[in-house]
Amino acid sequence: MRMGASRRSLYRPLLGAVGLVAMFGLWEASVRVGLVPSGLLPAPSALVPAWLDEVRGGFWQGAIRDSMTHYLLGLVIGSVLGGLAGLLCGAVPVLDALLSGVVRVLRPIPGLAWVPFAILWFGLDTAGATFVIAISVFWINFYAAHGAVQSIDRDLFEVAAAFGHGGFGGRLFKVVLPAAMPGLMSGLRTGLGQAWMSVVAAELFGVPGIGARMMQASSLLATDLVVIYMLTMALLYALTDMAFMLVRNRILGWQG
Amino acid sequence: MSNGEGAAPDVMVRLHDVGLSHDGGRNFILRGVDLEIRRGEFVAVLGPSGAGKSTLLRIAMKLIAPTEGEVTLAPAATAQGRPAGLVFQDAKLMPWRTVQRNVELGLEGLGLGRAERHARALDALRLVGLAEQAGRWPRQLSGGQRQRVGVARALTVEPALLLMDEPFGALDAITRAGLQEELLRIWAQTRKTVLFVTHDIDEAMILADRIIVLAGHPASVRGDLAVGPRPRDRGAPAMQILAERLRALIAGDPDPAEAGYWRASEI
Ligand SMILES: Nc1ncnc2c1ncn2[C@@H]1O[C@H](COP(=O)(O)OP(=O)(O)OP(=O)(O)O)[C@@H](O)[C@H]1O
Ligand SMILES: [Mg+2]
Repeated sequence: MRMGASRRSLYRPLLGAVGLVAMFGLWEASVRVGLVPSGLLPAPSALVPAWLDEVRGGFWQGAIRDSMTHYLLGLVIGSVLGGLAGLLCGAVPVLDALLSGVVRVLRPIPGLAWVPFAILWFGLDTAGATFVIAISVFWINFYAAHGAVQSIDRDLFEVAAAFGHGGFGGRLFKVVLPAAMPGLMSGLRTGLGQAWMSVVAAELFGVPGIGARMMQASSLLATDLVVIYMLTMALLYALTDMAFMLVRNRILGWQG
Repeated sequence: MSNGEGAAPDVMVRLHDVGLSHDGGRNFILRGVDLEIRRGEFVAVLGPSGAGKSTLLRIAMKLIAPTEGEVTLAPAATAQGRPAGLVFQDAKLMPWRTVQRNVELGLEGLGLGRAERHARALDALRLVGLAEQAGRWPRQLSGGQRQRVGVARALTVEPALLLMDEPFGALDAITRAGLQEELLRIWAQTRKTVLFVTHDIDEAMILADRIIVLAGHPASVRGDLAVGPRPRDRGAPAMQILAERLRALIAGDPDPAEAGYWRASEI
């Protein structure tokens, strides 16, 4: 297994690319052959001119810029707050018990349900969209951090104490943070994907960005534009996820 | 005497009438444990599995508080903020630290520079024969290698008091004998006080000046026997008699020496 690691690291993305090309090929073919009417689903080749129009008009870049802003702000705020709250609740049983009722009430409410309040409190702008995204990311990170702290090997606190790190700072920095890091990272990664879905939801109501542009396009039945923005979002997700994994693998090298 | 403050100056650790219960006093794991370890002594605590040896070590190091009784650690045991060195039964390395950084754990917060920490950790790793592995992750080591890293981690703080919980229990006989020898060499050189937990009678007899037998439910000190002069010869009749006595004490039988199984001259 170990020997093939370097070969496999190339092998998987290569296969992934082959799969993608196959999908687009099939898609193109089925529209051309007439299996799928082009009115229902535009062929990939028909997307290129539409995309060039969007770029020339500056709509595409603008939508990406707006959505990236919502995405990053919501992601960072939601992840940091959720992670911190989860760490605290995981580490302090009294706090955990105290908040357990509150968590149970708030947890099942999806970010989308907050949209009216987001509009009311923050308005139809960046702040409102950020709020909706942050909420959905918050809970993912909250539970990831909470679980990560709870599953720390208790004996490691004893090790830290035996070697002079028995105080609060020692426990936090020598044990809790490094031990919880894999859990925190997997929460962050899940949030990375979830946040893109929330971007669309948050923008469907008119906050400018990819979601709003998709909404406009679909009301005009401009399916080619809808698909273009779908693919744009997929691309942005792939890029953010890849960048994140690079950082993650560096930090969690010890896991192998 | 019982207030602990009056301990003689050469006493490193004293436990007085110590008892421990995990359920608020209904069942005791240890009860009425009295023991004293003097500076420079090599003491083995011998007892069957589950007797409470690890628990006793944790109490002696004040990692857990006894339910009853008192523990006195000489100031010298933790002088200058240096922790005592503890070797855990199953290594307990931090998986997110390299071997090197695991060994440095006890040095962090002592105000040493990075280079000095590094050098001292490497010295300790050399001592246990793992300098080559300094950059690896714990998961890349064998169980025995991990255990040796645990020994290095304890040695690197240059503790006045070294507490070892079956440190060589998981090793093959050859490595084990080598490390026992190494430990004795370090002990002879540095005159550390060592409290060594084991369930192996042979190991206790080869290493220790004194063997404390911990057995029973709840466990208490069943015997406190001095071992003869070094170097030790397993085959010597005195050693075989000692082994017999230890075996009887662990099993809860009366001490054969006191029961008159042997003539006093044999002992
Ligand atoms: N946290 C705990 N709660 C309840 N019981 C415990 C706890 N820790 C240990 N025990 C019990 O205390 C007893 C002594 O445990 P300890 O680990 O000290 O034994 P030991 O002599 O070190 O055994 P071994 O040689 O197998 O390591 C055991 O019966 C164990 O089940
Ligand atoms: Mg034990």
